Amino acid sequence: MAEVAAPLGTPAGDIADPATYVRARGDGTSELDLVVENLHCPSCIPRIEGAAKGLSGVLDARVNLGTRRLHLRWREGAVEPVAVMAAVAERGFHLVPLDARVLDGGTDAESRALLRALAVAGFAAGNVMLLSVSVWAGLAADMGPATRDLFHWVSALIALPAIAYAGRPFYRSALAALRGGQLNMDVPISLAVLLGAGMSLFETMRGGTQVYFDASITLLFFLLIGRYLDLRVRGKARSAAENMMLLRATGATVIAADGTRRASAIGLVRPGMRVAVAAGERVPVDGRVLKGRGEVDTSLVTGESVPRPVGPGAEVFAGTVNLSGPLEIQVGAVGNGTLLAEIVRLMEAAEQGRARYVRLADRAARIYAPAVHGFALAAFVGWMLIGAMAWQEALMIAVSVLIITCPCALGLAVPAVQVAAVGRLLRAGVLVKAADALERLAGVDTVVFDKTGTLTLGRPELANGADIDPADLRLAAALAVTSRHPLAQAVCRAAGPVPAHGDEVREEPGLGLAAHVAGGEARLGNRAWCGVDAHGGPDGAADGPELWLTAPGAAPVRFVFRDTPRADAAALVAWLKGRGLAVELLSGDRASVTADTARALGIETWSAEQRPAAKIARVRALADAGAKVLMVGDGLNDAPALAAAHVSASPAAAADVSQTAADFLIRGERLAPLARAMRVARTSRRLVLQNFALSLGYNAVAVPLAMAGLVTPLIAAVAMSASSIVVTLNALRLNLIEREADL
Amino acid sequence: MSVLGFLLPAALFLGLLGLVAFLWALKSGQFDDLDGAAHRILFDDDDEPGAR
Repeated sequence: MAEVAAPLGTPAGDIADPATYVRARGDGTSELDLVVENLHCPSCIPRIEGAAKGLSGVLDARVNLGTRRLHLRWREGAVEPVAVMAAVAERGFHLVPLDARVLDGGTDAESRALLRALAVAGFAAGNVMLLSVSVWAGLAADMGPATRDLFHWVSALIALPAIAYAGRPFYRSALAALRGGQLNMDVPISLAVLLGAGMSLFETMRGGTQVYFDASITLLFFLLIGRYLDLRVRGKARSAAENMMLLRATGATVIAADGTRRASAIGLVRPGMRVAVAAGERVPVDGRVLKGRGEVDTSLVTGESVPRPVGPGAEVFAGTVNLSGPLEIQVGAVGNGTLLAEIVRLMEAAEQGRARYVRLADRAARIYAPAVHGFALAAFVGWMLIGAMAWQEALMIAVSVLIITCPCALGLAVPAVQVAAVGRLLRAGVLVKAADALERLAGVDTVVFDKTGTLTLGRPELANGADIDPADLRLAAALAVTSRHPLAQAVCRAAGPVPAHGDEVREEPGLGLAAHVAGGEARLGNRAWCGVDAHGGPDGAADGPELWLTAPGAAPVRFVFRDTPRADAAALVAWLKGRGLAVELLSGDRASVTADTARALGIETWSAEQRPAAKIARVRALADAGAKVLMVGDGLNDAPALAAAHVSASPAAAADVSQTAADFLIRGERLAPLARAMRVARTSRRLVLQNFALSLGYNAVAVPLAMAGLVTPLIAAVAMSASSIVVTLNALRLNLIEREADL
Repeated sequence: MSVLGFLLPAALFLGLLGLVAFLWALKSGQFDDLDGAAHRILFDDDDEPGAR
């Protein structure tokens, strides 16, 4: 991860009390849910559960591998949750308590309800089909009308309650659309199912043969499968995104009046409270520094890549990263007064523009639904007036038109492709958050990047390693190896593996590192602490962060650090340009640094020192000029622009707000998955259109047959299943097409 | 054909039994963690990998 912070989670023995996350169950037991950060393989399950269950008083400890969460239940008073967390942390797992409000998210309940409906529909479809096949076979051989009627009645008995129960998701959505004066795909689906069932009941009562119970219930069954898979794959992406956000400083460590520390949800932090922020942690709230001195990385908030020194009295903002010493912060404004609130206001205003997008499926429904209803009505009126038919038979033909036009294939055309695409991207490290995000991504013609943390890693790397004597570099690394400061870690990365300095290394928060060497003390730290001003060195504060190394009897050595581009950033830009997309760079950083990055990556259009409002303005201007903009950014300052853009993506290390605003989240240090996402988006659009064409071709044959009154229940049932299977198979081709490498 | 009067209810009853069993499994959380359940079968309850 492009994370400036040191490893997340807390080392064993230093775990804050998760009391605010614990839920009492009322029967003397309490529950707590935790995200296990580094749960990667199934063999971790018994290790975690074993560690927790080994403590007396723990009633239940269950790991969910799919969501990477641990559920704990224990007898109140018998054991402290901190002790359980410590026991698990000792095995090397980092735990983060989970807010109950996140758990109650609707996806789980919705997916269960869909699964129940699916089970009922499946049961009914199977049994009704069984009876129908007998009837079809009986029509060819000789089944007596009494037996046929009995089978129809039994089918009605099974199908009607099942249709009433399992169709509810569709009826609800259709009703909602109709209330809003709109037509969506669920309107013809509901109409076909309900009319089909109603007319079949009528046919059964008068002992007819045109009974469509099997077609109605199978239609529901197929559509429910599509809908359930869609929800499941998106739910998986969503819970992964939720975990990612939870692991990134959504909690604060509050210091009570008696000095004890406890973890708390951000929502419970009030102005005036004291909050501790350890080195490497993200500042959870806006506030003022009470104690401690050090530097904060504000790149996520402002895009500025040079750390800002802070001391008692200095203002710090939520989302910045504390780089050096531990800080104690007095919480300032919460709510409307914060920088975050301003960003959120800008975002809400920006999001309204996006509501105008109409999904492909709904656009198809707008043409399809009136056309089908028109054909059915024409068949009804035509047969009655011109064909001089009884109204019951004319209505039967109209219903068979509704059923045979197969909203099934059309209803599956989009979800089937969506499921294949989202699953493919999940494996490639891209989380798709919005349901219509892939469709919007397919139309993109302009890509706007943020710089710090997006095109760059957002963490400093040694820039002048070539000018430094290897012996000096080794000495510096030996001093730095134990430190969690990002600059020290950058020195270690540049030096390669180096044994720690033999003597004890002293770390002065906010100043640097020191250790005894032959002839005195060696220091690695900031300019003043190393006494460089006295020696007079080159003044280069504007170049980026720096460190100095002083050793007895040697001239001070300067280490310059720069935020380096991601390894494949240039390749991605070239790939995008090769595809004819316009690429732009919008940075909050200073002009000189931005220009360097733009030149290195081959981006011609760039602007620097952009405030959030200016970023929105630029994205809007592009949209007004007719461009479909993909905004890629990670910072708090990018969030409004992410919300304003046609479609947006964020690296996994982005600020919470940006992750919420973004349609896509990209995991890992590489940007190549973005190229993958764009390719998958275009492939899926092609497949969706192909599926529409298939449905259309099928309807071109089926509708005239149905209108001519030639369709029997057998033809309807076979045609329906066949078209659904063809559309689904076509969607699965996505996995075959998308096999090639990323860039 | 009178055998149908016996066979139909029997077939439907068995089908319903399956449906109820599935709904019970769903309610009792058997489908909550499909990934984990696939591997859990491989671990013994008293298996403590730390001690292996």
